[in-house]
Amino acid sequence: MNSELLLQLLLNGIIVGMLYGVVAMCFVLIYKSTQVVNFAQGEFLVLGGWVCLSLVIQMGLPFFLAFLFTLVFMAIFGIVVQQIILRPLIGEPIISVIMVTIGLSIFMQSLMNWVFGNDAKRFPDIFGSLSVISIGGLNVETAYVMSLVLSLVIMAVFYFFFRFTRHGLAMRATAFNQQIAQSLGISVKQTFAMAWAISALVSGVAGVVMGIVSAVSNSLAFVGIKVFPAVIVGGLDSIVGAVVGGLIIGVLENLAEFIDGEYLHIGNLYTIAPFYVLIIILMIKPYGLFGTKDIERI
Amino acid sequence: MLAQTDAATMDVSENSDDIILSVNNVEVVFNEVILVLRGLNLKAKRGNITALLGTNGAGKSTSLKAITNLLAMEDGEVTRGSIEYEGEDATHLGPETLVRKGIFLVMEGRGILQDMTVTENLRLGAYSRSNANIKAEIEQIYSYFPRLKERTGLAGYLSGGEQQMLAIGRAMMAKPKLILMDEPSMGLSPLLVKEVFSIIQRLNKELGISILLVEQNAKMALKIADEAYIMENGKIVLDGTAKELMENEDVKEFYLGGGGERRSFKNLKSFKRRKRWL
Repeated sequence: MNSELLLQLLLNGIIVGMLYGVVAMCFVLIYKSTQVVNFAQGEFLVLGGWVCLSLVIQMGLPFFLAFLFTLVFMAIFGIVVQQIILRPLIGEPIISVIMVTIGLSIFMQSLMNWVFGNDAKRFPDIFGSLSVISIGGLNVETAYVMSLVLSLVIMAVFYFFFRFTRHGLAMRATAFNQQIAQSLGISVKQTFAMAWAISALVSGVAGVVMGIVSAVSNSLAFVGIKVFPAVIVGGLDSIVGAVVGGLIIGVLENLAEFIDGEYLHIGNLYTIAPFYVLIIILMIKPYGLFGTKDIERI
Repeated sequence: MLAQTDAATMDVSENSDDIILSVNNVEVVFNEVILVLRGLNLKAKRGNITALLGTNGAGKSTSLKAITNLLAMEDGEVTRGSIEYEGEDATHLGPETLVRKGIFLVMEGRGILQDMTVTENLRLGAYSRSNANIKAEIEQIYSYFPRLKERTGLAGYLSGGEQQMLAIGRAMMAKPKLILMDEPSMGLSPLLVKEVFSIIQRLNKELGISILLVEQNAKMALKIADEAYIMENGKIVLDGTAKELMENEDVKEFYLGGGGERRSFKNLKSFKRRKRWL
């Protein structure tokens, strides 16, 4: 048994898992506050990556400026999507809403293929991100470490926002019960728009980070699908669950890779393992680890 | 009896400055077909406690939601009539605007955000006031309800009485001019009901907040109210000062649990009476 490889993969798993956790949080944020299952979350992430990359490469903007601009762009994009596509669907059956977000995902995929091309593109090496530092004997690229730090920062900001700010509390109130929220003077429409804005913005950040870690390409949208098992494991409506789910999926993926590479030699176990877990979890704990149990009588 | 009620009504309509809320001939329809309020008329005087009494399904809660414009979420809609708050038309103002203007509804079943802490609930009470000095104000609320201060866990674990106090405290955080209370006595023991009602009285006397109180517990409500309306089947059937209503034979029989032989509502003159508004 190659224990060094195992440790290396576990560390990778934790780092990637944190990033999954961040995207899963965005997904849960939208689901919890607006009851929309957003299948286009992965495309949001890719869009963020592309916008930042083109600003840096084509417009020649310094990275931080481009990054700031990307944040603003993604927030506005989230609000526009919510206003134009999802607001008219309030009160429609969940299946229609799901169809619309799947449609949005396909539409965005094709559009990005057309505008940004089909090839993977790398960010210029801004932070010396390819250099390697050693943590306890394991070699880790700086970019990975930065991504880990950024994920932790985002999670801390989320925690602070929902715990202590006026708007964060208002969003939680809206998620709990819209009528009560309204009776307190909270505008539900405004809260919905805010949920989409934050979700798109943070997904965009994750996209930029992934772009720096590997490269920006349309296939990054797979993260949107990976996030599914993460979210289901954690329970659809739990933000903490999303983070834990993300970590579990990230670690599991890499464990699967290890077992596959060392013993089984099937190949590609890496991509499918999370979905086996998804099925198993749904069989034994249909509401996930942290989800609210809804008893529905038919 | 009739003359007395008329005199009371005259009083109310005379001085329009004193009236903080006036509901004129309001009709509410649910799902575009179900008529729930059929021409509701009532006026709440500034600085008074006005009680709105009635049995289950009379439309009391719907009236309060119509006033605060919260019906859209239940597919309800005000189809006729108008609601005036402080002399201005407020029929179609959004719920956020109404809260900012000083109308606050304490919902039936208290409307506590159960997965948040007591402090977070109180903070959200002040949501509409961005310049609020939250910390000091929360301390002030705790001085009214010392029991809440000790509860650091989630609001969902509070007892019914504590939740009601939290709901009232949260309403105070909004610094409203008019509080609408939907059945504050619901599910509480008689002793707690007494406590809650004395708090409502304090809000009214000490802070000068006008109160529109919806209740099934007519006896308690009439004790603290200045004026009262009795509602049946989506409209007002009787009104007057609380004192008058308490002495009214019909009210005694139907709502206060006294009286002799049973009669039908239909045979009662006062219940047939309807005001004309046009």
